[in-house]
Amino acid sequence: MSMLHASHANDASSAGTTAPPTASLMRWVIIATLPGIIAMTYCFGLGVLSNIVLAAALGVLFESGVLYLRKRPIAPALNDSSALLTGVLLGVSLPPASPWWLIGVGMIAAVVVAKQLYGGLGHNPFNPAMVGYALLLVSFPTYMTLWAPPQPLISDTLWAQIMGTLPIANIDALSGATPLDAFKQKAQGMPAFQFWASDPLPDGTLEAWRLISLAWLAGGVLLLCKRIVSWHIPTAMLGSLLIMATLFYMADADGFASPVFHLLTGATLFGAFFIATDPVSAATSRRGKLLYGAGIGFLIIVIRNLGGYPDAVAFAVLLMNLCVPLIDLYTVPNPMGHPKRILGAPR
Amino acid sequence: MSQWHTLTRQGLWTSNPALVQLLGLCPLLAVSTTVVNSLGLAIATLFVMVGSSTAVSLVRNQVPSAIRLPAFVMIIAAFVTCAELLMAAYAYPLYQLLGIFIPLIVTNCAILGRADAFASRQPVGLAALDGLMMGIGFGSVLVVLGGLRELLGQGTLLSDMALLLGPIAANWQLTLVEDYQFLFFVLPPGAFFVAGMLIALKNVLDQHSATRTLPAAASPRAERRVRVTGIIK
Repeated sequence: MSMLHASHANDASSAGTTAPPTASLMRWVIIATLPGIIAMTYCFGLGVLSNIVLAAALGVLFESGVLYLRKRPIAPALNDSSALLTGVLLGVSLPPASPWWLIGVGMIAAVVVAKQLYGGLGHNPFNPAMVGYALLLVSFPTYMTLWAPPQPLISDTLWAQIMGTLPIANIDALSGATPLDAFKQKAQGMPAFQFWASDPLPDGTLEAWRLISLAWLAGGVLLLCKRIVSWHIPTAMLGSLLIMATLFYMADADGFASPVFHLLTGATLFGAFFIATDPVSAATSRRGKLLYGAGIGFLIIVIRNLGGYPDAVAFAVLLMNLCVPLIDLYTVPNPMGHPKRILGAPR
Repeated sequence: MSQWHTLTRQGLWTSNPALVQLLGLCPLLAVSTTVVNSLGLAIATLFVMVGSSTAVSLVRNQVPSAIRLPAFVMIIAAFVTCAELLMAAYAYPLYQLLGIFIPLIVTNCAILGRADAFASRQPVGLAALDGLMMGIGFGSVLVVLGGLRELLGQGTLLSDMALLLGPIAANWQLTLVEDYQFLFFVLPPGAFFVAGMLIALKNVLDQHSATRTLPAAASPRAERRVRVTGIIK
């Protein structure tokens, strides 16, 4: 855990809390996800909550299981709520009412492999929730692209979907595409305005995604105000995303989606405030954070516009996680009054 | 005779090319999607390893040391060509399936490594045994990895064995889980993951047997050996 973040969290949380800095940090992040979770539940039904509850419970279960096997103290690790947060983040990333085994596989990849096998909290080079998400997206593409259109709070098939007993064909009939997915699959050469005129999405889909994105933004602003995340990563990420999207849009307005579309659909705002800012796997110095965030925004647009996947937050974050040691090496802050350090000189 | 015993033990376990030396990982990770693919490449590699170790040992006194590596590569390439032609003749569908990875056996550093480090300094009998044991060690890891990935990725075992063994093996496929596919294990990342787990398993077994045989010898050693896997003390 970065000391920078921990101390911020400590200042910010009200005096008198006995929780250690990490725990209070993680709890504030969980609180900040509430607007987004409420908006998602309002738009996509109780399946969102079932995802989160299942993922969080399994996260805590797997975390204690591995800690027991590693003969490490279990209580402090559970008390910091990081496994819970990983569960919440993976839960909101998955299509609503995902089957239990899908969530289980994702949480094993996230908590057991990506976090604990690398040494536990603070040692994981990759964002655990995004490792779980990427593994599921690569392994089970049919389940991972089944986003139901906006629907009432309780759907008839909710229980069957969670238990995995609903045949895949039925789920397929229930589900639509996310706006990003639909745009990706538009016919080759069809101009964008013609695509939107053809009413490609079920009613209210685009509005639902905008509402959810704005709710994530509200949670993100809370994190910024509480100084739990610094402004560097979200700003750099959204800035480079908008610049890249504008460049693509200016080059070919018929072929590529507009910058606003990229900003307000998919996981852009969620990723900017809740995924990219993970203090363990992100860059540490301020300059490093700017570079890291800008890299994520750049990669998201490149993969969305030129790659094979409709959304790219998970892949972009994981790829930039991979660059963090290099970024950290070249962005060590210069101590005040010391001569400028030469790059690559031994420390 | 004890030297033979040592060579066998080294090839199969203590210096296993795949689990300890981590050599030849490219074909190991790329091909091991099913048992039949793994077995095909394992047999081809075994053939090349035994053949090239024997041949290198036979010419060891005639080859000047300055040009020994090119000479060994030529010998290995000759055996790889033989293996490739044999495979094309007797297991053509598998030959097509394995594609570039059969000619690429020539770049398997486990083979060149053993040729240079062992076969070029030892008599023919020992060199052949070393090649055989290293080949079996490599091949068995390849087959285990292929089996695990086939099981975890597709829920089957021994599917398409007819590609290698002909019509007798047509019905050998065991479907352990119906309607199951977990693409991660079929794709290359799954190979890295399962190979890592196998290495971890080997280390656990080694540690277990070390504590059982020598319970008192747990004194920490002063120096630290640099090795990639195995028990790091």
